[in-house]
Amino acid sequence: MSTNYEDRPRGGGYDNDDDQDRRSMGRGGGRRMHRRRVCRFCIDKVDLIDFKDVRLLQNYLPERGKILPRRISGSCATHQRMLAEAIKRARNIALLPYTTD
Amino acid sequence: MDTNRQYEVVFIVDPTADEEVGRLTDSFKQVVTDQGGTVTKAETMGKRQLAYEIDHKKDGTFVLLEIEGSGREIAELERRMRVNDRILRYLTVRVDEDRRRAQKLKDRRARKAAKRPASGGHARRGSSMEFPEASSSGAGE
Repeated sequence: MSTNYEDRPRGGGYDNDDDQDRRSMGRGGGRRMHRRRVCRFCIDKVDLIDFKDVRLLQNYLPERGKILPRRISGSCATHQRMLAEAIKRARNIALLPYTTD
Repeated sequence: MDTNRQYEVVFIVDPTADEEVGRLTDSFKQVVTDQGGTVTKAETMGKRQLAYEIDHKKDGTFVLLEIEGSGREIAELERRMRVNDRILRYLTVRVDEDRRRAQKLKDRRARKAAKRPASGGHARRGSSMEFPEASSSGAGE
């Protein structure tokens, strides 16, 4: 359960999953392959990510409390860096968890 | 030394010392002004749950201070907070550089939009316009 994003295609190599995987899931397999990952922050023209904006940061923190990797979220390098920094600050001040168990 | 740095200081006050929040905040403000800094904003973010326990406490009152100064007042402020056991945790972030950079990006975007107002508006979600801008920001300048 911890890595619920592992089943998605990574790094553009979208055909590394076996066919049986697609058959078992059925409904969403085809749609997923074509999804274009675009940096949300670039679209919204975010220049600054505030570590106090817990609501925003939580979107990039799956259940386990790890920072969502770029290959999943599609963030650009600049924004991923800002995001990671903000999450780490928020963790320090107990706005976000380091781990959950 | 440059005396115009901006800082954000967030600290967490012990939930059992709720009545003291105002007094503590005032005393910290006093410390800053005594050291030659100015408090541009003081805001109580309210009592909220901590993401993890600190000193066996599950919640605390968050207070945000925005401070302008040389950095000396930060040293003194942090020393005071360290000593005070009502303060569960504090975090100081220097924000002027990031804000300046954000402002620069914003200005550049405004200039670019002014230069060619019509084009690009309907081009493929407009995303092709933003990318070069955002990625170039990482290269300094």
